[in-house]
Amino acid sequence: MSTATKHEAHASNEHPAHSAHVSYLKDGWSIWSWLFTVDHKRIGIMYLVMLTIFFGVGGALAGLVRTNLLSPTGLIMDNDTYNKTFTAHGVVMLFLFLIPSIPGVMGNFFVPIMIGAKDMAFPKLNIASWYVWMVGASFAVFALLTGGIDTGWTLYPPYSSRSSHSNVVPGVFGVFITGFSGIMTGLNIIVTMHRMRAPGMTWGRLPLFCWAMYATSLIQLLATPVLAIALTLLMVETGSNALGMPIGIFDPALDGDPLLFQHLFWFYSHPAVYIMILPAMGMVSELLTCFSRKNIFGYTAVAWSSVGIAIVGFLVWAHHMFVAGISYYAALLFSLLSMFVAVPSAIKIFNWTATLYRGAISFQAPMIFALGFLVLFTVGGLTGIPLATLGSDLHLHDTYFVVAHFHFVMVGGMVLGYLGALHYWWPKMFGVMYSDFWSRIGAIMICVGYVTTFTPQFWLGYHGMPRRYPNYPAEFQYLNVLSTAGYSIQAAAFLLIHTYLIASFFTGKKAGPNPWGATGLEWVAESPPITHNFEATPKVVCGPYEYSLNMTQTGEKADVR
Amino acid sequence: MSANEGALKHHFEDIEQQRGAERLGMWMFLATEVLFFGGVFLAYTVYRIWYPKEWAAASGQLNVLVAGINTVLLLTSSLTITFAIRAAQLGNRKALMNLLAITGILGAGFMCFKAYEYNQDYEEGLVPFCKNFGKELVHDPDDHSKALSTFNDQWEKKGIAPQRIRLFMTFYFIMTGIHGLHIIIGIGAIFYLWYRAYMGWITADRYVGVEVTSLYWHLVDAIWLFLMPLLYLAGPHHGLHF
Repeated sequence: MSTATKHEAHASNEHPAHSAHVSYLKDGWSIWSWLFTVDHKRIGIMYLVMLTIFFGVGGALAGLVRTNLLSPTGLIMDNDTYNKTFTAHGVVMLFLFLIPSIPGVMGNFFVPIMIGAKDMAFPKLNIASWYVWMVGASFAVFALLTGGIDTGWTLYPPYSSRSSHSNVVPGVFGVFITGFSGIMTGLNIIVTMHRMRAPGMTWGRLPLFCWAMYATSLIQLLATPVLAIALTLLMVETGSNALGMPIGIFDPALDGDPLLFQHLFWFYSHPAVYIMILPAMGMVSELLTCFSRKNIFGYTAVAWSSVGIAIVGFLVWAHHMFVAGISYYAALLFSLLSMFVAVPSAIKIFNWTATLYRGAISFQAPMIFALGFLVLFTVGGLTGIPLATLGSDLHLHDTYFVVAHFHFVMVGGMVLGYLGALHYWWPKMFGVMYSDFWSRIGAIMICVGYVTTFTPQFWLGYHGMPRRYPNYPAEFQYLNVLSTAGYSIQAAAFLLIHTYLIASFFTGKKAGPNPWGATGLEWVAESPPITHNFEATPKVVCGPYEYSLNMTQTGEKADVR
Repeated sequence: MSANEGALKHHFEDIEQQRGAERLGMWMFLATEVLFFGGVFLAYTVYRIWYPKEWAAASGQLNVLVAGINTVLLLTSSLTITFAIRAAQLGNRKALMNLLAITGILGAGFMCFKAYEYNQDYEEGLVPFCKNFGKELVHDPDDHSKALSTFNDQWEKKGIAPQRIRLFMTFYFIMTGIHGLHIIIGIGAIFYLWYRAYMGWITADRYVGVEVTSLYWHLVDAIWLFLMPLLYLAGPHHGLHF
């Protein structure tokens, strides 16, 4: 220990000659300086580029699905193609966009800056996670392009292993590999938050986004391996069928148990919903305080409710299987446990509402996204209650009610959080401001588009339209057309958002270090930050949301506008 | 200027922070490994409860002597890698290299025995992915006429469902296969450490690489301690032989 203390004295005069004052964007211009980078900020940007592409692909596939549903008999494709299209939409959106989105982009870019570190704890592991993710994504895209998968993203055997003549094995292998990438990122974030915090950055002073990322990373670490083993068993079974030596790990005809796969699958895939929503919740905590110029209400409650959601999220997986044949008592227990998720979620919603109360609210784009999140997530959360209730789930299971519910949570919740984060931190990431007017229009269009798309689906589901069917009775047509119209609004909004964000590189005015007058540590750094984030290790003197004192975490004046 | 200067990576403030990060990182990784194997242990347990008779019959066909020898090899290798940490901390390069080499060789010995065992399983027609499954002529310990018969015939006589034996053997190959993959990765890591020690790169202040590798090695060892009774001791064996 004495050598360590002695060493601390030397720590401050490291790298005196390093190009410490160059922004991370200007620290090397070649393609190799990006592909071989270990800078967490560049890795975040690399994730951003790929995620934007996959989001576009997933969105276009959703467009195909919605277009086909314009007609009760399927407008543009045959039933088999329809199956493959909605499966591709699910796989791309979940595994290639939603799960890596905020952890990959904002987690990588901002967690080290927000805790005052120079980089992630394991920079090489960090860039490896991007490459691993790209390899997995390549397998998945290969599977989807060369024949597709027709099982739905849930890949239930024995259909997927025995009957489906589609590209199950390469697709599953791709998902299997992307899982390792998530584990790497999660591990990095947890170790970074434990070991790399700047002096004074106690756990009680961590930004709520970091708390949410911590809870997310815990889920990624503990749930993803279970999916990996479930997918391994599925690949073995599917492969054995292809070889003509069938083994029935999950096939009841060969004494296997299909429910076992569902248990293992949902043990990951239900917590995965919280991998998607928790970072967005953390983001909303940042946005609501900043744009209402108020300290967060109930910091401790909001922070621990993230961990609470992560823990309870592990105990509710079987509510996806109420009608699959689990025992009555198991269903009863899982129904009750599912209700418990409402408690930490409600804690968050009420604390956010209390934060807004009598705040000086300004409706800039990030705030519109955050408020949209608040409304849409609440709708998505509340419609989860009839699904967690055994009696009503019998009626609503596998209908469009479920589709609407989880799109409200994942898309209305997660995507709005992601867009809010992108708009909030865009000036920090690239040093430029986007158009204030068009961004507000874009944010409002997104919210309107979501509500128009998914609200009719509650009616459709309640009246019995099953999910994943290409055909429906003619009296459902007007609701389906309305839903597709909502999709068009969203598509236009996304085009608009991409247009003004890209335009900001060329025409946007330069953003100072702190364009929003926010208090977090990331706003003390330059915009865009230098390669080592801070000129000197920052000393943290207060909590992350001292808006009443107008003070950043290093004790400087936050809003000088 | 202490020797720590060289061991410290640029983004850490001091060497203890760096060591702590590396240790915590490995512990976190081990947690994911436990969950990874936990999933397949769960699946195994479900079917063991459902099909106890087949599980006992199939387990009895495995080579418990080889598995026992392998257990001894792995446990010994865990001991030697723990001594290697001490050697690294003391800067005793010679002892470090010897201990790492012994650990790696013990691991390689484990894999050799495993390969022998897999080959034996194939020859007896116990590999569920192969066309000869259950069709090879083998000795039936319950049949005192000493005549050779196929497993399929023996199972039929005892009222055992062959697809459930296939299920057990599938779990056997998946579990030992994934475990074997971990052993191979571990051997690679240990020989990389040996190379670094050989080049003189593992000085006393850089012992933590040996420590985290040993953590990984202990976990792989511990998993074997669960695999061994679950797979090999689930049913009665008829004598110990190669």
